[in-house]
Amino acid sequence: MNKWFNPRSAFGVTLIAVALLGLPFVAAMGGQAWVRILDFAILYVFLALGLNIVVGYAGLLDLGYIAFYAVGAYTWALLASPHFGLHLPIWVILPIGAALACIAGVLLGSPTLKLRGDYLAIVTLGFGEIVRIFMNNLNAPVNITNGPQGITLIDPVAFGDFKFSGNTQLFGLTLSGPMKYYYLLVALAILVVIINLRLQNSRIGRAWQAIREDEIAAKAVGINTRNIKLLAFAMGASFGGIAGGVFAAMQGFVSPESFSLMESIMILAMVVLGGMGHIPGVILGAVLLSILPEALRYGVGPIQMALFGKMMVDPESLRMLVFGLALVLVMRFKPAGLWPSPERKRELGEKQAEGKA
Amino acid sequence: MDIFLQQIINGLVQGSIYALVALGYTMVYGIMGLINFAHGEVVMIGTLVTITVAGSLINAGMPVLFAGLAGLGVSVLICMALGWGLERIAYRPLRNAPRLTPLITAIGMSIVLQNLAMMIWGRNYLTFPPLLPKINFELAGAHFTAIQVFIVVVSGATMAGLLALIYRTKLGMAMRATAQNPAVASLMGVNINRVIAAAFVIGSALGALAGVMVGTYYEIAHYQMGFMLGLKAFTAAVLGGIGNLAGAMLGGVLLGIIEALGAGYIGDLTGGFLGSHYQDIFAFIVLIVVLMFKPSGLFGEKTGDRA
Amino acid sequence: MSTNLPSTLLEAKAVAKHFGGVKALRDVSLTIRRGEIYGLIGPNGAGKTTFFNCMTGLYVPDGGAFTFDGAPLVADAPQHAAARGIARTFQNIRLFGNMTALENVMVGRHVRTRAGVIGAMLNTSATRAEEAAIRQRAIDLLHYVRIEDRADDLAKNLSYGDQRRLEIARALATEPKLLCLDEPAAGMNATETEELRELIEGIRHDGTTILLIEHDVKLVMGLCDRVAVLDYGALVIEDVPAVVQKDQRVIEAYLGA
Repeated sequence: MNKWFNPRSAFGVTLIAVALLGLPFVAAMGGQAWVRILDFAILYVFLALGLNIVVGYAGLLDLGYIAFYAVGAYTWALLASPHFGLHLPIWVILPIGAALACIAGVLLGSPTLKLRGDYLAIVTLGFGEIVRIFMNNLNAPVNITNGPQGITLIDPVAFGDFKFSGNTQLFGLTLSGPMKYYYLLVALAILVVIINLRLQNSRIGRAWQAIREDEIAAKAVGINTRNIKLLAFAMGASFGGIAGGVFAAMQGFVSPESFSLMESIMILAMVVLGGMGHIPGVILGAVLLSILPEALRYGVGPIQMALFGKMMVDPESLRMLVFGLALVLVMRFKPAGLWPSPERKRELGEKQAEGKA
Repeated sequence: MDIFLQQIINGLVQGSIYALVALGYTMVYGIMGLINFAHGEVVMIGTLVTITVAGSLINAGMPVLFAGLAGLGVSVLICMALGWGLERIAYRPLRNAPRLTPLITAIGMSIVLQNLAMMIWGRNYLTFPPLLPKINFELAGAHFTAIQVFIVVVSGATMAGLLALIYRTKLGMAMRATAQNPAVASLMGVNINRVIAAAFVIGSALGALAGVMVGTYYEIAHYQMGFMLGLKAFTAAVLGGIGNLAGAMLGGVLLGIIEALGAGYIGDLTGGFLGSHYQDIFAFIVLIVVLMFKPSGLFGEKTGDRA
Repeated sequence: MSTNLPSTLLEAKAVAKHFGGVKALRDVSLTIRRGEIYGLIGPNGAGKTTFFNCMTGLYVPDGGAFTFDGAPLVADAPQHAAARGIARTFQNIRLFGNMTALENVMVGRHVRTRAGVIGAMLNTSATRAEEAAIRQRAIDLLHYVRIEDRADDLAKNLSYGDQRRLEIARALATEPKLLCLDEPAAGMNATETEELRELIEGIRHDGTTILLIEHDVKLVMGLCDRVAVLDYGALVIEDVPAVVQKDQRVIEAYLGA
């Protein structure tokens, strides 16, 4: 942490609060699309912090995290849309979504968590694909998911009569749908930050880190590694389920396309690129990686036009190319992530010194 | 019964391709413990380069056989260079980095290669030039083509050659030694950097060959084709026990056959509830089930806990 | 220590373990009494660590049984051994390297505490009280092994001798009835070994029974109340040091070498 700015001080908290409150109005100057981008950035912060429990704390490499997000999203979509004619309220759907995602996590985790790191990675990856393929195909003979077309007209988040879609007048300010979702998501993200912080310095959190560091020694001091790992997995999954529900409501539309392996990989990249196990790092990673491709979308085309007077290459592939290069370069020059925890930074310094010796 | 035989043949062909690609994953993993996610893209580039080279030679009036061999040769060389470059530029600086760092680099390289390919070859499906004559055979009611025979025979021969290289040459011995214990191997005078580079180069050459086979077999190619193929091949490598060459070969063939049989019979098995578009889940379900009972894969070494 | 407790803490009956064709343990039977320092010695590969691993649940024995503290010890998983009151250290130190010394000891309290995820998330007063107790106990234990000034250092940055001490503190945090030390003096110089001897005696004095596996014969003979000798996986003798030292078989198998 910087010396001149401590986020725990009253001044720090106020500063952060003002910035978070004002941000959507600044973004709205560039159009509602930018507010939507912000929404997604915060949603990814939420997801990345959920995955951080699994990967960062417990050291379990999960490449199928998006499956739990998908479970949450489809739960919301099916229980609050004309598809089945159900329109359940949020306090019913969101817990169901979290619970289903949690159950999915336990179902996947209990037989597979004894696997070593990379084996676990490929199994979770396979699970993610299985979930996606089912969502893609469960439209016949009984139409459950509506297949590749996805489910539309999903209900927005609503508390009573207060809907999160459409404009609302409040204290003379006009709040757009994306802006309202932004505040909801920020509240959720703050909640997950607090939970991450509290878990980090708890009995269970220490047990996770102990397993990550040395599983045999963890067993020797009496930690039931299987259950504790399962707990990490289930918790991460539940967060994924909640995020999925909000995603479905915010978009009003879900289809299997949103839950590809690439999405899982992206969230993992946010955790690792930011600084695994370090909350500020993970937040930074999530914000950067969700905004960078969008910023490039708006930047790459005009820059080409300005430089060459015409489109030299397809802007869509150019922006992804730059994105991929950014991943490679950050890992090359900041192998522990952009903002690693102080301990990890030290560890890496020593490792490199050893490597050179 | 003829469906059964037919699906076995189809599975064997697909499995041979998986096996060739799986070898690239397993060699790199065995030696440096890295999942080279970009390997699938190397295969894709192998296919697309062949289309360009062989296609333009055929258009220029060259004999098809010559064009095919030239396409294969150029794509193998380009992929070898690509594999070497990947290791040298992207992975080598990360040898002492935390475990997940090279994984993210691999993902980044995968994105880069895919989008480079899209810039070069566009986003549409490309037609692979017909390099082999279309001859059909029939055996006990099952049909197969010259291309299928070619794929199985060539990949079999290639894998035999690879085994000879690994178990009969000095380079192979160095690779095996490095896989066992890099520190000791380097004390014994093995040049670790060369061994790792060799694993990438050989794996990429096999990948290019697999890419040409995929193109010949399916007759189309696309800049995104490497992703799923790579995923399946990696699954095959894990199924066989990652790091184990024979395991990757058997895992690949096995996966191909399971998929083909699964696609052929899933409708009957589920009373028509699930159709053949569920083909892709077989690979993963089999993988999960196998790893539940054999946590190190079918032919992987057992690694017990040691106090 | 209460005098009404039966004097036997751990009894091994005909424990056998083989790896493939190698018989690492051949029907080893021995008895550890409450309050003693019990030495287990033998040449390299005699089966000391295998015995240890069977007892602490890391290996499942192929034959025989353990009785611990008056009840059968079902050695199916290490975490159960810890819960029953058996703590161990490792021959090749196994600490949680990227956690601080204090955190390492706090992890040791896991098995004697109960706070769960919900409590932690809600930060309930019960959780906070338990957390404070865990921390205090861990600090006390760091004092006990005299590395309190290294509390906030990462475990892997501690000196070798301090790492050994930290591992003992972590084991003590589980409130063991039996503390098993696997070659704690390995790699230590004379001064460090002497300090270790004092520490072990202190732990016994404070009421914990100790099983000591050692190579350092001088340390074992000077410290232990009774000593067992293993050779080729079989028990050679189990007696007081004075007798063991004079036993011809032991001299041949081990001391004479």
